[in-house]
Amino acid sequence: MELSGSEIIIQFLKDEGVKHIFGYPGGAVLHIYDALQKQTDVEHILVRHEQGASHAADGYARATGKPGVCLVTSGPGATNAITGIATAYMDSIPMVVLTGQVPSHVIGQDAFQEVDAVGVSRPCVKHNFLVKDLSKLAETLKKAFYVATTGRPGPVVVDIPKDITAPHIKIPYEYPKQIEMRSYNPNFKGHPRQIKRAVELMLAAKRPMIYTGGGIIMADASQELREFVHKLGFPITQTLMGLGAFPGTDPQFIGMLGMHGTYEANMAMHECDVLIAIGARFDDRITGVTSKFAPYAQIIHVDIDPASISKTINADIPIVGGAKQVLTEMLKQLENTDLEIDQSALDGWWKRIKSWQAQESFAYEKKEGLIQPQEAVEELYKVTKGDAYITSDVGQHQMYAAQFYHFDEPRRWINSGGLGTMGFGLPAAMGVKLAFPDKDVACITGEGSIQMCIQELSTCLQYDLHVKVINLNNRYLGMVRQWQEFFYEKRYSHVYMDSLPDFVKLAEAYGHVGIRVDDPKDLHDAMVEAFKLKDRTVFLDIITDQEANVYPMISAGKAHNEMDISPLQQARQAALKEKGELV
Amino acid sequence: MRHIISLLVENEAGALSRISGLFSARGYNIESLTVATTEDQTLSRMTIITTGSDRIIEQITKQLNKLVDVVKLQDITEGNYIEREMMFVKVKAEGDTQRGEVKRLSDIFRARIIDVTDTTFCIELTGSGSKLDAYIKALHENNIIEVVRSGSMGILRGEKALTL
Repeated sequence: MELSGSEIIIQFLKDEGVKHIFGYPGGAVLHIYDALQKQTDVEHILVRHEQGASHAADGYARATGKPGVCLVTSGPGATNAITGIATAYMDSIPMVVLTGQVPSHVIGQDAFQEVDAVGVSRPCVKHNFLVKDLSKLAETLKKAFYVATTGRPGPVVVDIPKDITAPHIKIPYEYPKQIEMRSYNPNFKGHPRQIKRAVELMLAAKRPMIYTGGGIIMADASQELREFVHKLGFPITQTLMGLGAFPGTDPQFIGMLGMHGTYEANMAMHECDVLIAIGARFDDRITGVTSKFAPYAQIIHVDIDPASISKTINADIPIVGGAKQVLTEMLKQLENTDLEIDQSALDGWWKRIKSWQAQESFAYEKKEGLIQPQEAVEELYKVTKGDAYITSDVGQHQMYAAQFYHFDEPRRWINSGGLGTMGFGLPAAMGVKLAFPDKDVACITGEGSIQMCIQELSTCLQYDLHVKVINLNNRYLGMVRQWQEFFYEKRYSHVYMDSLPDFVKLAEAYGHVGIRVDDPKDLHDAMVEAFKLKDRTVFLDIITDQEANVYPMISAGKAHNEMDISPLQQARQAALKEKGELV
Repeated sequence: MRHIISLLVENEAGALSRISGLFSARGYNIESLTVATTEDQTLSRMTIITTGSDRIIEQITKQLNKLVDVVKLQDITEGNYIEREMMFVKVKAEGDTQRGEVKRLSDIFRARIIDVTDTTFCIELTGSGSKLDAYIKALHENNIIEVVRSGSMGILRGEKALTL
């Protein structure tokens, strides 16, 4: 079959099984858009800003496990997409970004809408390509998908000069089913002897702790993880990126860890003697100060990326391998071993953990006539029966969402953990809704974040992407305000959002439903109403307490056992101390 | 600790910037970097001289290995190795005394004079970095017009080799 470059791109996407792409046309991609117009297999979603395209593709990838694809033009098209590419890179999300480029013969001449997209994206992609030869186009696209989706996944940019896509130049096309790259061979298996040592160490533990991250979700290893955790009976904590891999409502799950994790998870991290880390990368928001991290623990670290092992925290037993394969092997070895768990030590350990749990570190005070952000998330959890896909932006609302929406399934919790990108939530929710039109999809956001990509409300209308925006509106950039309260003696520098738009009217202007709630007693009905409107996008503007803070908190330079705790928890600790029951 | 990392890299545009970009983005030291194609035109051989603690060097090798363009890599300072650097020095050479002095010094260092004018010599010298340093020191500083150093290359001794 003889095809032009543009037709090759579209045909390749079909052959690769791509159903949806997110994009925005422009001069350098006009040929591709013309080819796109002539078919119906690949559906294109026209966003309102290229950042929205990359976030939407990212959300789509996170929810489905399939690579997200976007198509943008050269120059500003490419640079606008960068934030979304960097977001995907930090969270290891498989994504392929096709950027148009000026024609080959003018590259380097500062042509109109020219930017060195390969150079600009280089630090925030897993790999990138500039297609210089039409005959290499299909192979390069295949390489892009292969690299993006295997090993530790990540975004790949393919920069395509306009002449490569010219409609009149046709060459034979065949879908490259397989690709070999001598320089790229991800290892999935894990060294059997290292795994054996790890199994021996975990069975000898007195105070074991399992700590898992987004790697479990990327590897689709939730089932294996559940079996593993249940078999051992150990406590498990998950990172912000890992929530849902193990059920949030399972009694063995002791909450998220890290800067705003539960008291019990952080205390257990500090006190454990064996730490089993799988698909997590000991990021600084997890470890607190590294010199005081898990001081009594021997550490087993399973990761598909060798560079993640012993990067910030030294691993005693490093295992390079895919989470799924390594967990399967561990389960097999656990089945066949004569070694036994020290059950009485484990019981004692659980007793200590339960005593920390009893302090209820997430407890907050409800106030009459004033909605607490936590109760809004709790209400959302109840109304959606814990079964919705939740995306979030970045800030306090993101932490409240992670703390109060208990994810029982993987790929339900979609947020920018690594890069912390405000503006991620709404376009990501569009991507999710496109993939799962029959599911409830809500974007938990704040009045700061939502305004960073609010233009995508227009895309929601065009493509019937009926997401629910849960705007926790405290008129402050809440997380920054919290830090200014704690560390800058309440000098609130440029965090108050004066002159906010009327979000209800704004939603209506975009053709959606807007509902404002400012009283706790109206919260339930408003939520129910929002989700009852199945075929409408609803913007729920929830006016919340301006000075609510996220607790617990590990501040800079502090260890896991040096958390700042909420006033309520402090009172509870004092009461327990009085009774002599504080552990 | 100083390390010599040898790499086989896909001979493709952008490979060099990926590698140098990695060093600047992650704040690793880079003392020198040399690169040229090998007998296989699809491969480039690169030698990077870097310094850092064992932990940093481990990260550097892991991060380099992660780059899709890097085919193979070895820290050759872990074995027996040969290291050489090449240098061109252009010096003032005016009058018999000065010309004789530079010539003698070059003989002592086994340097070769490869270009001559009425007033200058251009000298080629190969050796370890410290030998090159010593030669520069031995020349009178104000006689030096120009110094060009290649950066070090390294290769393992014996039968061991960095090949595909």
